Amino acid sequence: MLDVALYISLLILSLATLTCLFRVIKGPSMPDRVVALDTIGINLIGIVTILSIIYRTQAYLELILLIGILAFLSTVAFSKFIQRGVVVDHGDSTDDR
Amino acid sequence: METVQTIAEPVIAILILIGAILGALSAFGLIRLPDVYLRAHAATKSATLGVLCVLGGGFLYFVFFERLISAKMLLGIVFVFITAPVAGHLIERAAYMSGVPMWQKSVRDDLKMAIAEERKSRPQTEKSQA
Repeated sequence: MLDVALYISLLILSLATLTCLFRVIKGPSMPDRVVALDTIGINLIGIVTILSIIYRTQAYLELILLIGILAFLSTVAFSKFIQRGVVVDHGDSTDDR
Repeated sequence: METVQTIAEPVIAILILIGAILGALSAFGLIRLPDVYLRAHAATKSATLGVLCVLGGGFLYFVFFERLISAKMLLGIVFVFITAPVAGHLIERAAYMSGVPMWQKSVRDDLKMAIAEERKSRPQTEKSQA
């Protein structure tokens, strides 16, 4: 029973990721694409968890943390870039908004 | 241990199924909602809750079936729980500041008034932006 539920959830999450990919390609503005990419990263964490249960292994558990950190950092970098056009702030800007 | 596994198996299956369905709902909202702010509402809330359900199910699986309390997985749960709303907030702020239009039927824009008041109280900021 657990295996059937795992395969169904894997299918659902894969379809959700494909749907987010549609928004990444079509999205009318840049923040739309970044939001969709963030959601793809979060869905990937779920997919990796389900895969590690299906294969009965602990080897993929590092990937959960790794993908989470990468998705968060890429979203922060993209939002800094969209807001001001620079990613790394050297402190010479007076407006910190 | 056999009995505990028998009890834990449907709980894990239901948790993971709920998580996957929440992920599908968030993808559906990402497609259907009209502007970027409403889309982020779908993406950050329900996708985070869905992946938390999936991660909780995986954690319970490794506890009851492999006799392993995975600290990496706990760390991943806490990290996703903290950072996903922060990332959503940051990207929406960037979208507002870069002038992405709201939906025509939106009724309130509190951030606009707040920014205008702050500009009025700190005029040098406006000069440096111009």
